[in-house]
Amino acid sequence: MSMDRRKFLKLAGISSLVGISGLGSFELMRPGWLEAAEEAAQPASGVKRLAMIMDMGKFEEENYKQVVHACHSIHNVPNFGNPKDEIKWIWTDSFEHVFPSQGENPFLKESIEERPFLLLCNHCQHPPCVRVCPTQATFKRKQDGIVAMDYHRCIGCRFCMAACPYGSRSFNWRDPRTDNNKYLGKLNPEFPTRTKGVVEKCNFCVERLAKGLQPNCVESQKGNPGAMYFGDLNDPNSEVREVLNKNYTLRRKPELGTQPNVYYIIGGV
Amino acid sequence: MIEKALTGSTRYKMWMLFLLILIGAGSAAYVNQYHTGLTLTGMSRDVSWGLYISQFTFLVGVAASAVMLVLPYYLHDYKTFGTAVIFGEFLAIASVVMCLTFILVDLGQPRRVLNVLIHPTPNSVLFWDMIVLNGYLVLNAICGVVALENERRGTKPPKWVKPLIYLSIPWAVSIHTVTAFLYAGLPARHFWLTAIMAPRFLASAFASGPALLIILLFIVKKNTGVDVGKKAIDKLITIVTYAALINIFFVLLEVFTAFYSGVPAHTDTLVYLFAGLDGHNNLVPFMWTSVVLGVAAITLLLTKARQNERILLFACAILFISLWIDKGLGLVLGGFVPSPLEHITEYTPKLNELIVTVGVYALGFFILSALYKITISVKLANAPAKVSKEG
Amino acid sequence: MKFYNGGKVFIGLAIFVLLFVSPFIFGMSRPNKVPKPSIDTPEINALAVKKCVESKDYMEQSHMQLLDKWRDQALREGNRHWKNSEGKDVYISLQNTCMKCHSNKKEFCDTCHNYLAVKPYCWDCHLTPIEKEGV
Repeated sequence: MSMDRRKFLKLAGISSLVGISGLGSFELMRPGWLEAAEEAAQPASGVKRLAMIMDMGKFEEENYKQVVHACHSIHNVPNFGNPKDEIKWIWTDSFEHVFPSQGENPFLKESIEERPFLLLCNHCQHPPCVRVCPTQATFKRKQDGIVAMDYHRCIGCRFCMAACPYGSRSFNWRDPRTDNNKYLGKLNPEFPTRTKGVVEKCNFCVERLAKGLQPNCVESQKGNPGAMYFGDLNDPNSEVREVLNKNYTLRRKPELGTQPNVYYIIGGV
Repeated sequence: MIEKALTGSTRYKMWMLFLLILIGAGSAAYVNQYHTGLTLTGMSRDVSWGLYISQFTFLVGVAASAVMLVLPYYLHDYKTFGTAVIFGEFLAIASVVMCLTFILVDLGQPRRVLNVLIHPTPNSVLFWDMIVLNGYLVLNAICGVVALENERRGTKPPKWVKPLIYLSIPWAVSIHTVTAFLYAGLPARHFWLTAIMAPRFLASAFASGPALLIILLFIVKKNTGVDVGKKAIDKLITIVTYAALINIFFVLLEVFTAFYSGVPAHTDTLVYLFAGLDGHNNLVPFMWTSVVLGVAAITLLLTKARQNERILLFACAILFISLWIDKGLGLVLGGFVPSPLEHITEYTPKLNELIVTVGVYALGFFILSALYKITISVKLANAPAKVSKEG
Repeated sequence: MKFYNGGKVFIGLAIFVLLFVSPFIFGMSRPNKVPKPSIDTPEINALAVKKCVESKDYMEQSHMQLLDKWRDQALREGNRHWKNSEGKDVYISLQNTCMKCHSNKKEFCDTCHNYLAVKPYCWDCHLTPIEKEGV
């Protein structure tokens, strides 16, 4: 079978186009994913990878309340009192719900089975919520890895809520200020509320980090040493790196490839 | 040609008035929702998509099904579909309009919807969904109107419309594939995270859409005498039957993978849908109804019984309902149970939400009826020899 | 010249003209009050030099564009430091910079906005000192 030059050039042209578009569509749907593997070994200088470590063994009943109150109060998170409309940035649940990847274990150590675990947004390295947001209303900050929310841009489609494997996101099914701020409690005048129709979640206290402070949940456990750590994983001398080196930790649903940045020390429980 | 939609029999006018009333009710309910928020729906933190998105998902399939007429007729010169093809295209238009409206009423901040275009995000499937849905609407509108206008004048359609028609064929497949990708690409939801999502969507689309079309065409024939021909209907029946069989096969494939592997992430949702999980069994009666109706429909369609007009219409109707339950309720709502934290929250639509839904459906049927009326008037005007009842 | 349905047409035309000019008729009775936003707040009164982040004229004309720029810089780039036209460093925050001085939303922001029937939804989320006690 012979082929004339014209046909060959046409075939070669179309094949190259198809070949390039293969790579191109990867870049379109998963930007930066193909280079990420090389990047992980040497992060660009100045770029932080903020993470949190929690040792649930150091928590008593009032500590859990302190943490949730610390977060929800300074961020004006409403409390509607019903699970349908509820909004929560940080809350507790049991081990089998927080770590379903561990499967059902009927012989789990009792102390672990009965202990509440704190849950919040994991600010993943490869966040599926960011991937699916049609307006980039949720985006991963380059300088510190925080998965942020732009409440001005959110159209309330809730695709991110469907995509989050950790149930970290809440939607404002109604205006948090309804009934004369009945559901809001004492407002923090330095932080806005949100409005109906947008999704919200933990923001790693980015407004406090900007002032050189720790996230308020971590701050609330200042007097409870070893309970919570927060820092930059890209800094080899940071406290969080030291703690991770000394303790076996679990992350939630690691098999999904999201690379969550919230670690749980289990040993002490 | 629009004036043809404004005149008609009393029955037509009463039908349109009835639809307008429903649209009015739906609009009022929507205004209520716009001011109070989506708390007026049955959705919750755990079940963040409900009736609106599930109806959109189902109707995208109906919209895509127009390709089952366009492909044979335009690409393969299958002249049997000559009269029917425009009815399929107009059904597609009405369906896509309903899809887009369902998306709009579901948004928390609808006045920001243009943010999707102002800040294009190619890595988001929802961005592509907006593009392909609107593109499909425009394509079908142009192709349909041009075809009808030329039929009215008795002229051949202009050359430039041919490439658009050819484009609408892969585009139809794309709208449903992209919608399937909304679900199939989420690592969080194991019920949806399966490669067969897109094929399943297409199979059930090509069964439900033409089934509805068969029913609509019989209504058209009964009321106006415009007949697409027995051969066309027979071919549509064949398409519906094969698509329905393939759809059942795909569902059984899912069942096998889930239960033979026994992986809880795969079995949990199916157990919830068909048997109930931890005492939660909202959807169980619906799912089994869907199975019974689906099997009954296919059985009827496979036997000679389908030659009987009444049985055929009955089979198409119950097949449509079966697929509507399977995709509209089972698929979308099932994906949220159990939640990512392995909790079970059930979903029941609320009254305001149901009224909005009915309003959107009424809007779709209104557009469908108007377009069909225009088509019928054109066809009747061009074929005065045909016996026609008042249209 | 024969006017077909002339009576109906002229009546319809008359009704249309009446409807069209009705806003002007209704508005005629009300005096046209040019809005006077008030900068009489304790925070501004306490300032030695009463200066906003930019000049009054600039802010009057372009505060919306400035806020737009601020919003994207603060939120999306994470940079809350902005240099005004005089090189002075300003901390970007509607609640904690702008509203700190202009704490009288009703007598300041709302006067012009209401006059022009502009309804910015900033305050659906952002708090003002007065509203913090509960609106």
